[in-house]
Amino acid sequence: MITASTIPLFVALPLAGAFLTVLLKRIKGIPDTFGVMVTIGTFVMSVFAVIQLEIGQRIICNIGNWGGFQEVLGKIVGIQLVVDGLTAFMLVVVNLIAFLVAVYSVNYMTRYTEKWQFYSLFLLMLAGMNGVLITGDMFNLFVFVEIASIASYALVAFGTGKRELEASFKYAVMGSIASLLILLGVILLYSNTGTLNMADMTRILAGRDHPALLYFVFALFLAGFGLKAALVPFHAWLPDAHPSAPAPISAMLSGVLIKALGVYVIARVFYNLFGFPHEVSLILMTLGAISMGVGALVALRQWDLKRLLAYSSISQVGFIMLGLGIGTPLAILGALFHLFNHSMFKSLLFLDSGAIEYAAHTRDLKEMGGLAKKMPITNGSTIIGAMSLAGIPPFAGFWSKLIIIVAAVQASHMKLAAWAVLMSIVTIAYVLKAVRFAFLGELKKQFANITEVPAFMRVSLIILALVCLFGGLLLIPDLRNGFLGQAVEVLTRVSGV
Amino acid sequence: MSKEHDRGMTIIVKTVTRLTVGLIFLYGIYIILHGHLTPGGGFAGGVIVALSFINVDLAFGGKVSDRIFSKGSTSVIEALGGVMFLALALLGLQWGGFFDNFLHPDGEPGMLISAGIIPLENIAISLKVGAGLFAIFLTLITLQKFESEKK
Amino acid sequence: MDAYLPYVLCLVLFCIGIYAVISKRNIIKIIIGVIIAEYAVNLFLILVAYKAGGRSPIFSRTQEILPEAMVDPLPHALVLTSIVIGLATTAFLIALAVRLYGKYGTFDISRMRELRG
Repeated sequence: MITASTIPLFVALPLAGAFLTVLLKRIKGIPDTFGVMVTIGTFVMSVFAVIQLEIGQRIICNIGNWGGFQEVLGKIVGIQLVVDGLTAFMLVVVNLIAFLVAVYSVNYMTRYTEKWQFYSLFLLMLAGMNGVLITGDMFNLFVFVEIASIASYALVAFGTGKRELEASFKYAVMGSIASLLILLGVILLYSNTGTLNMADMTRILAGRDHPALLYFVFALFLAGFGLKAALVPFHAWLPDAHPSAPAPISAMLSGVLIKALGVYVIARVFYNLFGFPHEVSLILMTLGAISMGVGALVALRQWDLKRLLAYSSISQVGFIMLGLGIGTPLAILGALFHLFNHSMFKSLLFLDSGAIEYAAHTRDLKEMGGLAKKMPITNGSTIIGAMSLAGIPPFAGFWSKLIIIVAAVQASHMKLAAWAVLMSIVTIAYVLKAVRFAFLGELKKQFANITEVPAFMRVSLIILALVCLFGGLLLIPDLRNGFLGQAVEVLTRVSGV
Repeated sequence: MSKEHDRGMTIIVKTVTRLTVGLIFLYGIYIILHGHLTPGGGFAGGVIVALSFINVDLAFGGKVSDRIFSKGSTSVIEALGGVMFLALALLGLQWGGFFDNFLHPDGEPGMLISAGIIPLENIAISLKVGAGLFAIFLTLITLQKFESEKK
Repeated sequence: MDAYLPYVLCLVLFCIGIYAVISKRNIIKIIIGVIIAEYAVNLFLILVAYKAGGRSPIFSRTQEILPEAMVDPLPHALVLTSIVIGLATTAFLIALAVRLYGKYGTFDISRMRELRG
């Protein structure tokens, strides 16, 4: 049951897990156990939240019992945590991936020393992401964004090689600047409205014309959160940072971090807070289209498997942004569904790349080849993930791309629709390249002795592959209303308070 | 802790440190405990407490400060502070909500024993900040030592 | 015009920080740029709270101070949080800089060429 008093557990559980992991690090098996138990706990809670919520319903938790002051002062005091349809949807995505990544890491992270550091940082990052999703307070949002970001900087540098450190430095500097822009935007909003609560802010802003200052805030938020989401002019850190991290973290970063910190917040802020102004719609569509193109075309000429996947993430976030930019209910449905699918198949593909690295110790596509016979499960799951990414029916990725393209046509953005179709074809090209060079062809001599990856890694791969295979079923009306429908409803409600 | 004359800085620095470091530490404790009454609190106090350890490390060298407060124990204490803070927040769920100040009615404003759980939270924060800051200092110092050894 | 001067100076400080991040090649100078930009934002946060003739927002036992006479206390709490976050980021960046120096023997970012594009 999700009630007002259990909402904070989404943050408190991972935090407690992170601290206790450090405290009990000497006991063998503790880090793994905590990592898996905590993520399974938050995942089950998020599923309950989805089942329990009715359309349009919100559960609000007043931190520190400040709720009583609301009537006295006429405005909301203290921090509110809010779970509504969109939050519940994102919570499921984030915590499902986190759970599977935690399971996968049990085997994978034995390659590194100091497993407890990994799980501690991982749980901190999860706490930050869950916090971003459930908070209803602008400054609190900034704090959680920073918690998740700083943990992710450290995780990118986890291997402490040259590449990792350099990528992490680049990521950390750009991420800090983005955070400063976000903070500046939050301050300007506070000075303009006199409140930090999102619901209050919405109410105050709805009664006004948009002054010039607000456009400055738009620009700050677009740059700040756009950088976190790796939209194209701000994407330079992603192709370095995501491949440098250990594979489970790459899956986490590409799969959910850029969405929880970037896409989700952009959707939340521009739709619910600012009532989706027309200018922002144009900007999001343009940035989305550019991201789609740049990401896909650069991915074509990559030979490092993880780098290829990272560029593909930029391209796919472009699809999501295009859907959000079009802004019709159908487009939003497509964008959110594509967000869900992208989380699943991109995590799956990164975990597969990790499995190949685990077994064959290489990431270079030119060195691979013929792995299909040796690693049947990795091969199968990669092909399923890749087909979903390429948008081949009946895999889940096909349906979400189809919806976005149809929505673009309906909203009479013919050029954008054509561009999206073209980029889908480019996507197929680079996906085929990856699969062809990694798994098909002659088996090379040095790979004669490799074996399939251990059990925990296989479990994660299989579950994610099943989700990619049957994800399209979420569009069946009954399931759609409960899961995606709730989230779409939150965004389409005009200036919903 | 003064036995190792060959390590650390000169005798002047060591003597001054020996005289002042306890005062700095106590001042940190004072700031922590009066956090709910005067400016300051867990963060500022924690920083001051960490400074006293950093002073010892700088004046007497790593070996002495390691005996008082080793790098392994910093992470334990830091985590302990985090757990304590979180436990206080979660205990509030029993009474009314997350972070509910369940000791609020006890004590009168302006006295040392007042403000409910806020002083306790200040102590938790100071543990976390103090140990965390000292850990950061130690990390940077050991990295530097590691580099100079390599050359 | 005078009333806006502090805000303008804040913006100038922020731009100096960003300029350092973009144009400098020494890692330490880049980190200093990040810190300057960070403190410009913190300063801005404090300026937002300021009220002409306002007092510090602390109740006292010996003196009656009305809440109306105080400056806005909320940004002060926020700025403390943002300073702590800045501390964490800075510490992390410096640790990275030290490790990078260990790997390359230089702070010059243009000589670190592991990653392309």
